[in-house]
Amino acid sequence: MFELRGLIDTIWGWIAGLLADIGLSAGLVQLIGYAIIAAVLFGVIALVVLFLVWWERKVSAKMQDRLGPMRVGWHGIIQTIADAMKLLQKEDITPKNIDFPIHFWAPVITFVAAFMVYVTVPFGKGLIVADLNVGVLYIIAITTFTVIGLLMAGWGSNNKYALLGGFRSAAQVVSYEVPLTLSLLGVIMISQTLSLGTIVGQQDGFFKWYVWRQPLGFVIFWIAATAECNRTPFDLPEADSELVAGFVTEYSGMKFAMFFLAEFLNMFTASVVAVTLFFGGWMSPFGPDFGPSWLWFFAKTFFFVFVLMWFRWTYPRLRVDQLMGFAWKVLLPLAFLNILLTGLGIYIFD
Amino acid sequence: MTDAFLTNLAFYVISFCVIAGGIFVVSSRNLFHSAVFLVFTLFSVAGIFVMLSAYLLAAIQVLVYVGAVAMLMIFGVMLTTQLSNVRIRYMNEQVWPALLICAGFLALLVYGLTDTPFATGNVAAPVEGAKAIGTLLMTKYVLPFEMVSVLLLAALVGAIVIAKKD
Amino acid sequence: MSVILGSFLVSEYAAVAVFLLVGTGIVLFTFGLAKVIRPSNPTPIKLETYECGETPYGTAEIQYNVRFYIYALLFVIFDVEAIFLFPWALVYRSLGLFAFVEMFIFIAMLVFGLFYAWKKGVLKWV
Repeated sequence: MFELRGLIDTIWGWIAGLLADIGLSAGLVQLIGYAIIAAVLFGVIALVVLFLVWWERKVSAKMQDRLGPMRVGWHGIIQTIADAMKLLQKEDITPKNIDFPIHFWAPVITFVAAFMVYVTVPFGKGLIVADLNVGVLYIIAITTFTVIGLLMAGWGSNNKYALLGGFRSAAQVVSYEVPLTLSLLGVIMISQTLSLGTIVGQQDGFFKWYVWRQPLGFVIFWIAATAECNRTPFDLPEADSELVAGFVTEYSGMKFAMFFLAEFLNMFTASVVAVTLFFGGWMSPFGPDFGPSWLWFFAKTFFFVFVLMWFRWTYPRLRVDQLMGFAWKVLLPLAFLNILLTGLGIYIFD
Repeated sequence: MTDAFLTNLAFYVISFCVIAGGIFVVSSRNLFHSAVFLVFTLFSVAGIFVMLSAYLLAAIQVLVYVGAVAMLMIFGVMLTTQLSNVRIRYMNEQVWPALLICAGFLALLVYGLTDTPFATGNVAAPVEGAKAIGTLLMTKYVLPFEMVSVLLLAALVGAIVIAKKD
Repeated sequence: MSVILGSFLVSEYAAVAVFLLVGTGIVLFTFGLAKVIRPSNPTPIKLETYECGETPYGTAEIQYNVRFYIYALLFVIFDVEAIFLFPWALVYRSLGLFAFVEMFIFIAMLVFGLFYAWKKGVLKWV
């Protein structure tokens, strides 16, 4: 009951039947299926991101004893849809001295890279578009395009703040990329697979969640992921008192919206990876068959997004030298230590 | 529109991306554009790896070449001053000898490609390719594997020595 | 050729290509939609580069600090190392002590490099 897989299979079976009747080959039908899923998933993710923007504003408001958006819809619930409509109609101010193709493609690359991660995310029981056999590596690889996107945005804008923001952001993201990658190795050593579907399948019980065997790995991952998303306390690339708006300074209208949405999407992605690798993915704490699996997945993920928002109103911003020093002098040695401890643990207990 | 046709189409589209991207890399007069097209080319090469069922290699291709090497090049280009004012010449007095050498190399490649008996049997790629590579690295190729760490250490020390000179 | 390539279409990796195309398509579509309905009345002042209200001084291509490049260099080296660790992590449980010792040497070498960088003051942001 409540599982979406059966419903999707029924609908797809009907569509695939129709397509096969026209005389399309099996491979083409498969491709059309993927395209439909991609479009639907794009819609779902856009809704999730719009919800996150509203939620961030509400959480921020509550933590500062304000009300936040209240006017548009119930407690301002459709405020961000109104904002999206507004951004769609905004004039696109493209400064004259920019490198136009670079400036144009930077938001596209940033957003599409953030979106492509969801090819291999298990949203629920059987709800995974493609369980890639190098899933974990795929996610790390695709997210590196974010760095390319923001370097392009910084360069293409021909603006000193944008370029400096792009540099800072890229240096920060690559510095935290190393401990982040290494922190995931512990889970892979235990699970012996890179496929996200299999990793979730192995965590079928509250005490089988990998966070209990990888507490240090999770802490390293979570700190590094916060930095990768440019969230407070690591939000230096957009330190508005120093750099105006960092690499998005010269963007407006829909191009700005793409960067903005990609940022929230990356927040969601970080939570998704944390939930999938360390907190059992769509598994409920009481085993795989308790309640709708996709509901558990979204509940856990939204909890971690909430933690990121909580961070924002708890910690002050770091200084740039503290930021880089922390990645290389604290997190990286800890990540190596975690690998050695995991190796020793497996050797002793296996 | 058979499946074989679609697969061949995918192969030709990806190959076109690789070659077109490569031509842009060497012919663009803007160094930053060259670097971005390099990213495009290297990503397309990952597509070729995927079509050959070398999934781990494809992921590594993106991670190392796009994520690290191309990113380093973009950093290098961006940190060089006043680049967009410099018009890069891509012709000089050595154009004829260079063409001659290139033609010779092309002939060698064509000869090699047409002369090599490629295995065309119905060989299935190993399901657990990544694990097979891991096992090989830990058993048969353990010495080269350890040499890699020495090489990386040497690269690190060299990078530090050069970078600290400023 | 199509014998080897034949598996691509039915493999899950075709989904990655489709997601790339569909995602790019939708983003470009929203850009096009915005282009149709948005106003456009550029003025010379509006199209100036933003520099806190001042007239922009030169281009953005001034000499930036080379320390950004050093972090990028360090990243490349540790990234390659992390990649080598992935195949090892996959088979670690089936290989036991030997794999542990091998990896200990591998990591120790890089940790040595990290401490070298640390002592040389490369990690200091000055």
